[in-house]
Amino acid sequence: MCEHIDLIKNGRLLRETRALVVIAENEDPANIAVPAGPVLVPLAVWQARRPELLARARNGELGVWLAAGEDPDALGEDLASLQLIALDFPKFTDGRSYSAATRLRLHHGYRGELRAIGQVLRDQFNYLNRCGFDALQPPVGRYDHEQLQAAVASIVDFTLPYQRSVADPLPLFRRVERGALQAGELS
Amino acid sequence: MYQYDEYDQQLLDERVAQFRGQMQRFLAGELSEDEFRPLRLQNGLYIQRHAPMYRVSVPYGHLASRQLRKLGHLARTYDRGYAHFTTRTNVQFNWPKLETVPDMLAELASVQMHSNQTSGNCIRNITADPFAGVAADEVADPRPFAEILRQWATYNPEFAYLPRKFKVAFNSSTENRVVLRVYDIGLDLVRNEAGELGFRVLVGGGLGRTPILAEEIRSFLPWSQMITYCEAIIRVYNRWGRRDNAWKARIKILVKALGVDAFREEVEAEWALSKDGPSTITAAELARVSAHFAPPPYVELPAEDPAFERQLAGNKAFATWFKRNVRPHRQPGYASVVLSLKKTGTAPGDVSAEQFDAIAELADQYSFGEARMLHEQNVALADVRRDQLFELWQAARELGLATPNIGLISNIICCPGGDFCALANARSLPIADDIQRRFDDLDYQHDIGELDLNISGCMNSCGHHHVGHIGVLGVDKNNEEWYQVTIGGSQGNGTTLGKVIGPSFAAEEVVDVVEQLINTYLELRHADERFIDTVHRLGSEPFKQRVYAERQPQRKPAHV
Repeated sequence: MCEHIDLIKNGRLLRETRALVVIAENEDPANIAVPAGPVLVPLAVWQARRPELLARARNGELGVWLAAGEDPDALGEDLASLQLIALDFPKFTDGRSYSAATRLRLHHGYRGELRAIGQVLRDQFNYLNRCGFDALQPPVGRYDHEQLQAAVASIVDFTLPYQRSVADPLPLFRRVERGALQAGELS
Repeated sequence: MYQYDEYDQQLLDERVAQFRGQMQRFLAGELSEDEFRPLRLQNGLYIQRHAPMYRVSVPYGHLASRQLRKLGHLARTYDRGYAHFTTRTNVQFNWPKLETVPDMLAELASVQMHSNQTSGNCIRNITADPFAGVAADEVADPRPFAEILRQWATYNPEFAYLPRKFKVAFNSSTENRVVLRVYDIGLDLVRNEAGELGFRVLVGGGLGRTPILAEEIRSFLPWSQMITYCEAIIRVYNRWGRRDNAWKARIKILVKALGVDAFREEVEAEWALSKDGPSTITAAELARVSAHFAPPPYVELPAEDPAFERQLAGNKAFATWFKRNVRPHRQPGYASVVLSLKKTGTAPGDVSAEQFDAIAELADQYSFGEARMLHEQNVALADVRRDQLFELWQAARELGLATPNIGLISNIICCPGGDFCALANARSLPIADDIQRRFDDLDYQHDIGELDLNISGCMNSCGHHHVGHIGVLGVDKNNEEWYQVTIGGSQGNGTTLGKVIGPSFAAEEVVDVVEQLINTYLELRHADERFIDTVHRLGSEPFKQRVYAERQPQRKPAHV
């Protein structure tokens, strides 16, 4: 049994049902119950049960989530099989997953869904999006429907950022012809 | 100086709109205090002891006269008629109303200013040599690089929630005037043996509770890789820097924990993935930005000027000011002038609205409409004609901006301290005032000679006390204000960290302690020896003995 979650995917508001498996204290990742249907499992469960879960990962039913500070490099060649990876924000001020996302996209060439989970708040949507998160999952109940619709707009708070990022493969100085000085401006 | 194009302006306007919306949601209760905190901090807004404090960024310290006038206008309209210059070339307003800050930001944006990332755990305002472009000992102008890096750091999506704040400085001259070694990243402009321009890269410096000097991580980095390499350093830090304890979260702690060699390996491995990539700076982009820093239209002036020499010879006060507050310039017949914000009786670094206007006027009249902030909390006019120095001096004197104390004991670096700052353990301004009054006699100051005296009201070290020849640090002991005194710190190329001389002092004792330190120096100095030289030659022992021998009877025990 799993409640609906609000999800912003590629700038559109969706509802979906997907279980999140969390390893409780004293639980063994090798024996933990993985529910049928759409699910996100922790990295440790994926590593312990890979052969059993691989088919579900390939068809996108099962995704893997990484805690902040877990290294995406640990997924190795599985990155080619996975359709969904989620990165956790234990606090919205913990920025490690921005770098993990950037590395997944730019260094590892990961092209599947990259979802931000945990303390995912609207005031970080723009930065999350630019670091390669195409799916944003705010905490259940944090925003009502109206607030979420307004929040979607904040994904594009900055329309022409300066720097290269996942969303902007080129920095501004390579993207556009930047303004030359107007005569007299330096006087 | 740098002039915004439509892209710079659009980004800043979008920031104003974003922050206005966040403020509205906060006031409407849709954003909690905790959720709003990092957002307001990254827009320069603190909640302070008496009122909010709003910190405005002055990238690499450059100010146009219209920007100075805008700061004066803000001080008059939204504050109590003054503002404060910081050691990081920021400007702080101490009494704005919370809800008016987005309006202040919008006013700033109308003159190409902002408060981007002046606080919070992100890449902060970038500093550079205040005499960039005019210093005789300059390798190359750092400002185009500082501006390019500023743009890269601005609203950078990956590095807004670092473990802790992150500060970058540029040095560009033989004499290091930016305290380069106390920065998270120090970029030292150099030429390699082939004559190519690049950077010696330092990492892991910082003051605060655990002062550490930055170490070299790379002896030469081609300028085109400035962004890719900085990105690699900060990404390694963002991934592996400590987040469990704010006091251990700066990059200096990570560099120390790994050792600079292991840290370098991590950075080089990360850099290998982006080196020569899209963030490589193009020659065209460097040329575009450099054009903004072309020299102003100097007039041809003779190398010798007998009339000026007569002015110097004929007026002792002018000659004293010239010696202390005027610096040589690259261009024949020009000089750089430091306007002192350290007049006895005023809080170091404070500028009134009228002074903002007046400095703007002086900049327009004498220095091509530009002024520069120094980390010592003074203002420089970089491009003044020598034959106008006398006139400028007279005008500056009328305004209380011509105290001839640059490099002397009364040119105190001082944070706002417990009078304003919520973080402070003790007040710093009354200590600065005591010292300025005690040493007010200029002949006495000149006899003491060069001396940096720096005061911080707490461990965060905004007053750079660790690198003062004499440093004073406010500490809290059982809710009482006490002051720790260090000697032997220095900035510049041979940067050293001062050492604590012993148990701390009550507020009213500090000025006597400073005088005892000075007297010890005056008795023991060799000819041509500065205070700091005597301390380095003899060590701190004779100074300690003098201070504590004279204080033993009335000392309270156990205030270490």
